[in-house]
Amino acid sequence: MADVKPVERPLSPHLQIYRPQMTSISSILTRITGNGLIVGVVLMIWWLVAAAVGPEYFATVNAIATSWFGDLVFTLSLLAVWYHYLAGLRHLYFDAGKGLEIETAETLGWACIVGSVVLTVLTLLVI
Amino acid sequence: MRYLTDRKRAEGKGASGTGTEHHWYMTVSAVGLAVMVPTFLYIFGSTLGGSHEEVLATFQRPFVAILSAMVLVVGLNHFHRGARVLIEDYMRGMNRKFALIFVITFSYFLMAAGLYALAKIAL
Repeated sequence: MADVKPVERPLSPHLQIYRPQMTSISSILTRITGNGLIVGVVLMIWWLVAAAVGPEYFATVNAIATSWFGDLVFTLSLLAVWYHYLAGLRHLYFDAGKGLEIETAETLGWACIVGSVVLTVLTLLVI
Repeated sequence: MRYLTDRKRAEGKGASGTGTEHHWYMTVSAVGLAVMVPTFLYIFGSTLGGSHEEVLATFQRPFVAILSAMVLVVGLNHFHRGARVLIEDYMRGMNRKFALIFVITFSYFLMAAGLYALAKIAL
């Protein structure tokens, strides 16, 4: 009577077995991209301050900003800023009470992901 | 005892009593950034990789200087409010307080540094 039966069913939202959904993934990506952008912003402001300080200091920081590391940071930042941009527009659309049906929200999530990649490639081609 | 209905007491106030200020600020800054950021990305992207003289010449232009200042100030204000939500979701107690204070002060430091650079280049 006092046998404690171990619970064999999974406890609810269990990350290892929880099927990823576009609605949650697109939301998490919004958070990651928005907060991650600080890295690119720090590098950009450092570069700007160096330009203001003088040619020698600029040469040092510019070498970092245009190195493979700088390219990596700024390219990822570009992808992040475009994703966050599109996701932000999606939020404004949600706030208007529209696009909240699951299918529409999932389509918009895919639009943010695909759109951010397309816009990143376009930006890299233009600049 | 004030004769107020529950609705009247609750209206316009969140749990913090500051209502929808945070959400409204994010909405306003999001729209502002949506307008400004593409042009800024184009200008910054085109300027990055140029010589020191080219960089100074670009950021000396009034339009570029004003746009960059606005993107920095509005962007970092948008950032520290967004980061606040992240911190409040995952941290508790003193860690949360220290993290919030750090993020907000660091954001203002970055704004000041960026504005100093823009002003020194432009003037």
